[in-house]
Amino acid sequence: MQNDSLIIAGREFKSRLWVGTGKYKDFAETKKAIEASGADVVTVAVRRVNITDRSKENLLDYLDPKRYIILPNTAGCYNVEDALRYARLARAAGVSDLIKLEVLGDARTLFPDTAGLIEAARILVKEGFIVLPYTNDDPIVAQKLVDVGCPAVMPLAAPIGSGLGIRNPYNLKIIMEMIKVPIIVDAGVGTASDAAFAMELGADAVLMNTAIAGAKDPIAMAEAMKYGVYAGRLAYKAGRIPRKLYATASSPIEGML
Amino acid sequence: MAETIQIQVNGEARACRVDATVGDLLRDLAIKTERVAVELNLEILDRKDFDGRSLHAGDRLEILSFIGGGAPIGSHVRERGFVHAE
Repeated sequence: MQNDSLIIAGREFKSRLWVGTGKYKDFAETKKAIEASGADVVTVAVRRVNITDRSKENLLDYLDPKRYIILPNTAGCYNVEDALRYARLARAAGVSDLIKLEVLGDARTLFPDTAGLIEAARILVKEGFIVLPYTNDDPIVAQKLVDVGCPAVMPLAAPIGSGLGIRNPYNLKIIMEMIKVPIIVDAGVGTASDAAFAMELGADAVLMNTAIAGAKDPIAMAEAMKYGVYAGRLAYKAGRIPRKLYATASSPIEGML
Repeated sequence: MAETIQIQVNGEARACRVDATVGDLLRDLAIKTERVAVELNLEILDRKDFDGRSLHAGDRLEILSFIGGGAPIGSHVRERGFVHAE
């Protein structure tokens, strides 16, 4: 596939697999897995600097900012106020206006608080942020996020870290047909076929963390995900055959004895 | 010995010089200023203002940076296979 970049808010994203950087054994493993995945977008969280032990290495020492688009998130925020605070801190610490906005509603499922999400998104868009919201697989909420100015929407496939795969392909498909901005399926994929399935449905990209970081061999899984996303994207563009209940012979009848 | 004041840095009490600026403190802590965000009494500071902002007794300073994250850091690090909720 030539020139298959994803454009969001005028920015070019070369890879359609985006990866998180949490839960790895160490930074060396993180770096290898990201390289194997081929991703050019990596998500990071914003946390207090360890001031008592300055010998600790920083993740960003391992990630070349020229090579990767750093996408800070507001992970762990359970209300609008906290999400706004973390988003503003991320912008102050970073070099761009990109923010992956999370406003969580429940600690057990990590499902988003969609009312809070829309409110936070509206405020951050007004402040000039490029808001990429982590949302539920709800087409109406997705539309509302677009209405307040989000240039892409990131619906979940399944709960974060669950590995359950695409739980509601029909809702995701409706979102992809209804919503006129890029759709990035975020959270819930477990293996390469899940990533391929998301892309076959018409997702513009897939974001994952645990499926790679939690695999027995994260680096091999990162590579598998790269091919899963690639295959799914190619199949989507190729246009699959319609499903039919009965057989259609592939070999001609003509010329038979 | 120089006169000191008590401030809070990332939730911990800390003494610093009476005439110190935010920039001085970051240098004392050996924190590189690129890719950190500093919040002084809930106000996010512009990086170019670090050297111009002096610290006062009782100030609450937060110094943040980027860490690994995608999904929130859960308790299920390195779980293998399917785990049912209890």
